[in-house]
Amino acid sequence: MSESQQETGPSTQFEELPDAPPKRKVKLSWPGKIGVAVVIFWAIIVAIGPTIAPYHEADILDEELFIVPGSDEMYPDTDFQPPSKIVYLGSDYLGRDLLSRILFGARTTIGISFIATFLAYMIGVTLGIASAVGSKALDMSLSRVNDALLSIPSIMFALVMIAALGSTIPLLILLTGIIYATSVFRIARSLGQEVMVSDFVEAARVRGEGLWWVITREILPNIAMPLATDFGLRFVWVILFVSSLSFLGLGVQPPMSDWGSMVKENLSGLVYGSFAPLMPALAIATLTISVNMIVDDISAHSGGKLAKRMIS
Amino acid sequence: MSALLEVDDLRISARNDDDELTPIVKGVSFTVARGEVVALIGESGSGKTTIALSSLGYTKPGLEFTGGEVRLEGEDVITMGSDQLRSLRGQRVAYLAQSAAATFNPALTIGEQVTETCVLHGILTQEQAEQRAETLYRALELPDPDRLGKRYPHQVSGGQLQRLMAATALCGKPDLLVLDEPTTALDVTTQIEVLKAFKSVIKQEGSAAIYVTHDLSVVAQIADHIVVLYAGETQEYGTAEQVVSNPGHDYTRRLMHAVRPPPAAGQGDETSGEHRREAPALEVKDLLAGYGRTQGGVPSITVLRDVNVAIERGHSVGIIGESGCGKSTLARVMAGLLPAAQGQVLLDGEELKPALQQRKRDELQKIQFVFQMADTALNPRQRIDHILGRPLEFYLGLKGEEKRRRIGELLQMVELPQEFAGRYPEELSGGQKQRINLARALAASPEVLLCDEVISALDSIVGANVIELLKRLRKQTGVSFVFISHDLSTVASFADEIVVLYAGRVVERGTTDAVLSPPYHPYTRLLISSVPELRVGWLEETMETQEAQAGIDRVVTLTDKGCPFFDRCPLAIEGTCDEETPPVRALTGSHAIECHRSEAEFAQ
Repeated sequence: MSESQQETGPSTQFEELPDAPPKRKVKLSWPGKIGVAVVIFWAIIVAIGPTIAPYHEADILDEELFIVPGSDEMYPDTDFQPPSKIVYLGSDYLGRDLLSRILFGARTTIGISFIATFLAYMIGVTLGIASAVGSKALDMSLSRVNDALLSIPSIMFALVMIAALGSTIPLLILLTGIIYATSVFRIARSLGQEVMVSDFVEAARVRGEGLWWVITREILPNIAMPLATDFGLRFVWVILFVSSLSFLGLGVQPPMSDWGSMVKENLSGLVYGSFAPLMPALAIATLTISVNMIVDDISAHSGGKLAKRMIS
Repeated sequence: MSALLEVDDLRISARNDDDELTPIVKGVSFTVARGEVVALIGESGSGKTTIALSSLGYTKPGLEFTGGEVRLEGEDVITMGSDQLRSLRGQRVAYLAQSAAATFNPALTIGEQVTETCVLHGILTQEQAEQRAETLYRALELPDPDRLGKRYPHQVSGGQLQRLMAATALCGKPDLLVLDEPTTALDVTTQIEVLKAFKSVIKQEGSAAIYVTHDLSVVAQIADHIVVLYAGETQEYGTAEQVVSNPGHDYTRRLMHAVRPPPAAGQGDETSGEHRREAPALEVKDLLAGYGRTQGGVPSITVLRDVNVAIERGHSVGIIGESGCGKSTLARVMAGLLPAAQGQVLLDGEELKPALQQRKRDELQKIQFVFQMADTALNPRQRIDHILGRPLEFYLGLKGEEKRRRIGELLQMVELPQEFAGRYPEELSGGQKQRINLARALAASPEVLLCDEVISALDSIVGANVIELLKRLRKQTGVSFVFISHDLSTVASFADEIVVLYAGRVVERGTTDAVLSPPYHPYTRLLISSVPELRVGWLEETMETQEAQAGIDRVVTLTDKGCPFFDRCPLAIEGTCDEETPPVRALTGSHAIECHRSEAEFAQ
């Protein structure tokens, strides 16, 4: 009897050892912080870009602006002007202000890409989760349709559709959304399946919870983090995709500015030693690299498992 | 004898994100002589694995050596370069991980994996290695040693895999073996065979070993010296005999209390003996269940057959058997997770629909399931108050202040502080998570609680605390328990009645006293004799008995006819037991045994 008393008696010395890890805090590294700063910078530009732009995106600048005082040159070239006080980043092949076009273009490029990525996520996650929790037949049919879509080269697909329906911004967003929904579907499905067989989902099912509750309370919170990380990466792909469509002349149509088409239309400037095609390229690069640095940082915190899955 | 390994004032620390060092191992010293087994014992978090791994010159990521020496034949392994370490590991020191099933590559044959290390190190040629492996298979008493190497890991049993790991480690004739909890995940009957094989092969090969475990009774069988660790410090260091029979330190004594005594009659938690003649809280009748496609009422893989179990109100029924006998399947059928192919599940005398989705909410409320692994049974993204609050809201419709108060009461019931309500599961330890897991089931105010191996994943001291808690909760709430475990002594200390399952059939049932005292079913007898006792020399004695020998190395299969235990049974009658389904022999009271042998024959 004395033994059992000793056993249950308070013994402060040998409590259960706490083996719980300290709460996970996402602490960004230096590259991550720089990435956040650059992304915030571009987000501000999206918001206020057109208002702070010195000229309108479609304005072809007057020759008078470029007359150097004291020179007899009355009709100077306006295209491919080097950076100066009048045009801070120089002018493009038609003599438009490059800075203004980049500031206007941020809204088009980032806006289209963001909405398209968001659309891809709406479609992909909805169908992916449905496939993970639904019947075998549903999973089978959704997956096969998805495989079929995946097998079509995306640029070709976009090319055919735009050729048939004409290039408008809503169509561009819809097409990009559908094309990228295929890969989001696969990720959402595999993440969902993994969570679906976990004990806590089973516990919820034993409790008698409905499917909606299981999806919104048990599954989504557990796959939100990897999906959010993937969102960043996917966003970058979409920017590059929209830019490459614009580069081919299928994307945003002139005179609207868009970073991808700006690279294309100013390409001839390279011959004259102009910065014009490099500036929008730089804008694309800073944004995509920054997003990638943030994604790298976050996935480093959520473990290698996630990072591996991101590659596919 | 000169020391093979000397660990001298070893210090290991963990470095966190802020570059602060937290000591994990705080100055541990011990020596391992040639041919000697030293056990490191302690609960999880005591640093035992960390110390064992240091003999390989290895620390887990995030840890670093901060002091002391680990000398293997006089050479300090901590300061070795990577080339030296490479030749050390697998060649002079070999490591055996806890889970053999996770260690073997399913795509390669056993032979390839057993011989891989020593061929890689150039100790033996492929042919020599294969010969050596075959000798080891024989030494480890593995079946069919000539052809075993050609088979794949999934074709052998768990206990055999564990022994094959030993063969892998021993193939290169290492000086030192490091065994990390090699029997913790095994059934008692399998544990015996693995322990015996380890012990004899270590003696035969003359290699030294470090044996890491939290189970003192296992250590008593195999170790020469014991190091008792707590929070990275040595609590006691001495010979096995001395530590086990005359523990000098408080903590060692605490560990010994946590070792559940061998099952014996008369320790069951007896509730009032009166038998109310009302319907049992939960009952299953003539159950047949399994997995796969069901054809004509019979699933393609049958797991349970002719199972009848009744749980009286307020009673606790222990269900026991080896892994794969259908214990968990039975609980899943009761909960409705797996609809039964045939038979009935009755709650308060009323038949329940077989599938979960068809059952009513108040029926679901009355049967609550406590999952085995608290780590995975709690949603990591939900706070504790949400986890506990959901069943309150879902079944009882509690809201706001009322719900909050009830959450507080539940936390109090499972002996956790109130502020845990605001934490996430990952901030709790294993034992604390299991308590939350229990509290969630209790939140529904159930009539029957299905506990599936709730303490199997916990180490002995934490597990013992949870059992104490369960006993108290039973008295407090009057809930009926179905307690599933492969550990007979745990069940014996908790249940009023015991049902022994073997290969999906009930072979014996009755009150705890009746099942744990003669007459026994031959299988129950095997189970009882397999529970390690806390004394040196128990293993050798037990291995002499016919039960233990009968119990080794058989594959459990559910047979269509005859008794499934036939090929392991020392009392089997050729021609009868393998042909005819054994009759149920009703003995005194509710005690019943399913066997061809009569009561008089059991007694012999």
